[in-house]
Amino acid sequence: MVSVFALVASVFNLDTQGHYLRWGFIEISVTNLVVIILMVLVFIAAITIPFHRKRNH
Amino acid sequence: MGASKDSAVSDEINQQWTTRARRGLAKSFPYEKLLPDTQPSYLSSWIYVFGALTIGALAMIILSGAVLSIEGPTWWHQSSLGLFVNSLHLWSVELFFFFMVVHMWGKYFMGAWRGKRALTWMSGAVTFSISIAAGFTGYVSQTNFDSQWIATQAKDGINSTGAGAFFNVLNVGQMLMWHIVLLPAVVIALVAIHVILVRHRGIVPPYTEQAREVTP
Amino acid sequence: MTKTRRFNPDRDVVEWKGGSRPYDLLKEVTICFIVVAILTIALAILFSSPSDRAVSLHTWATSSPVDFAQTAITELDGTSASATYGPPYNNTAGVSQRLGPISLAELMGVNETVNPPTDFVLQPLKTVRGDHVLYTALATFSAAGVGQQASWERAYEKSVVNATASGGSVMVPSGDYGPVSQMISSLTQMAQSGALDTSMLNEASFFGMDYTKSLLFLSDGGYLTTKATGQHLTGDQWGMMNEVGNYPGQSWLWLYTMWYQVKPFSTSANADVQVWALMMLLSVLLIMVPFIPVLRSIPRWSKVYRIIWRDHYRSET
Repeated sequence: MVSVFALVASVFNLDTQGHYLRWGFIEISVTNLVVIILMVLVFIAAITIPFHRKRNH
Repeated sequence: MGASKDSAVSDEINQQWTTRARRGLAKSFPYEKLLPDTQPSYLSSWIYVFGALTIGALAMIILSGAVLSIEGPTWWHQSSLGLFVNSLHLWSVELFFFFMVVHMWGKYFMGAWRGKRALTWMSGAVTFSISIAAGFTGYVSQTNFDSQWIATQAKDGINSTGAGAFFNVLNVGQMLMWHIVLLPAVVIALVAIHVILVRHRGIVPPYTEQAREVTP
Repeated sequence: MTKTRRFNPDRDVVEWKGGSRPYDLLKEVTICFIVVAILTIALAILFSSPSDRAVSLHTWATSSPVDFAQTAITELDGTSASATYGPPYNNTAGVSQRLGPISLAELMGVNETVNPPTDFVLQPLKTVRGDHVLYTALATFSAAGVGQQASWERAYEKSVVNATASGGSVMVPSGDYGPVSQMISSLTQMAQSGALDTSMLNEASFFGMDYTKSLLFLSDGGYLTTKATGQHLTGDQWGMMNEVGNYPGQSWLWLYTMWYQVKPFSTSANADVQVWALMMLLSVLLIMVPFIPVLRSIPRWSKVYRIIWRDHYRSET
């Protein structure tokens, strides 16, 4: 049982050298940038995607 | 004679802390308010699920943290199951902050403090700050290189405020206990207050453009 | 008679008297939990979590004995960052950060006493057994006057800049270091054996969970910082936000770390207390948004709410 977890330790290995972007005084990891962009996209999706419920009473 | 004795007893009962608390709670938080079966029809957006998603992530943090507690703070370095549970704990924290931030953006743009709901906003904002502290004490409890670096860096900021005199980030024992006892208790209490306030005041209605007088 | 006041659309609402629809609260909460649980398990399986092994005085002295020795002499002569830190570790005057005229650290005082010459060097060396050369060196050192000790220490510190490592030992150009060279050499060997880690942790009691001394010693050297720089974790690399490798870090700390990168904080000797004070102020402002003009009006001015409540506004017209 425990060895199953060893096998699926991770499908994608994030333990490699980090990738960083520089823009002026800003320095950010690609991963963090992806997380922040996802937050913005999810927020926009949450307020724009139609939400249909049963009719009012 | 019997009647005045009865009314004296019931006066006494009316004054009891227990009686007054029960009546106050029943008046402010009847079950229909705590566990409603309808919602206002203006609630028609996916943004409304992000509060519940945040609480779901908090539940995962606590569950995964509880499993880590069963085996102790260094188990995850020696066991692949432990590493997996640690991963659950890390990713539920990432999701917790992700959903909390989207929830805060939504509540901000809804002006959700309107109509005597200021305390709801405030309790939420305090929870955000305390959650950061809770996460921080977790990061310095990892017993790995990351925790060594974070602790030796953070000490300068914390020491500069004077808090370093009693909050020693280099003391793993102290940091771990803040992380698994004190700060979770505070976060859970704050979330409970926050949710009860939401149930108490209801979800904020939409903006209207008409100015009118209102009785506070 | 009840008071009335003017309706402020950023503070007040017209409470809802309109329709409602069925809503299953517990079902929604349960579904949300299941969704989050599935997401968490999927992320854990896909990406796991990082764990770079902890370093120790042992790994430091073994892989970088010269850096260790260069740090150890500054601990002995009291010039290291830890030795000159001030409160809460020791009473060095005038070094604590100030917010205007006030030093909060000085106000709170020394509550975690650390004395590097004794705690990091002399006391651990005194626990070594069976090393007569070291005993003699320690006796010579403690019998000498303060001025003589300082002279030996200065000479060693100047020379150790040019030291080289040979088979784990630190080779310093020859000079008049008195017993100091032997003491630093013994301390390096003690660290390489692992005994220094144990000595510094368990000095007060068998059960040690307070790593203040060993972590301060480590942070005074270059070994820990070099490792951190390689992982983009240092202050001027926005390190507070980052995690080792390609793992997501703490993106919610972006504003805390951003101030350190910009003037006046990036060049300020009091940067830490200034940034912390600023962030506490901004946190209070966030909490007090419901009461702050302009800030609490932006949601109404921006009209993002017209998207959120579009079904409602459509049904009203």
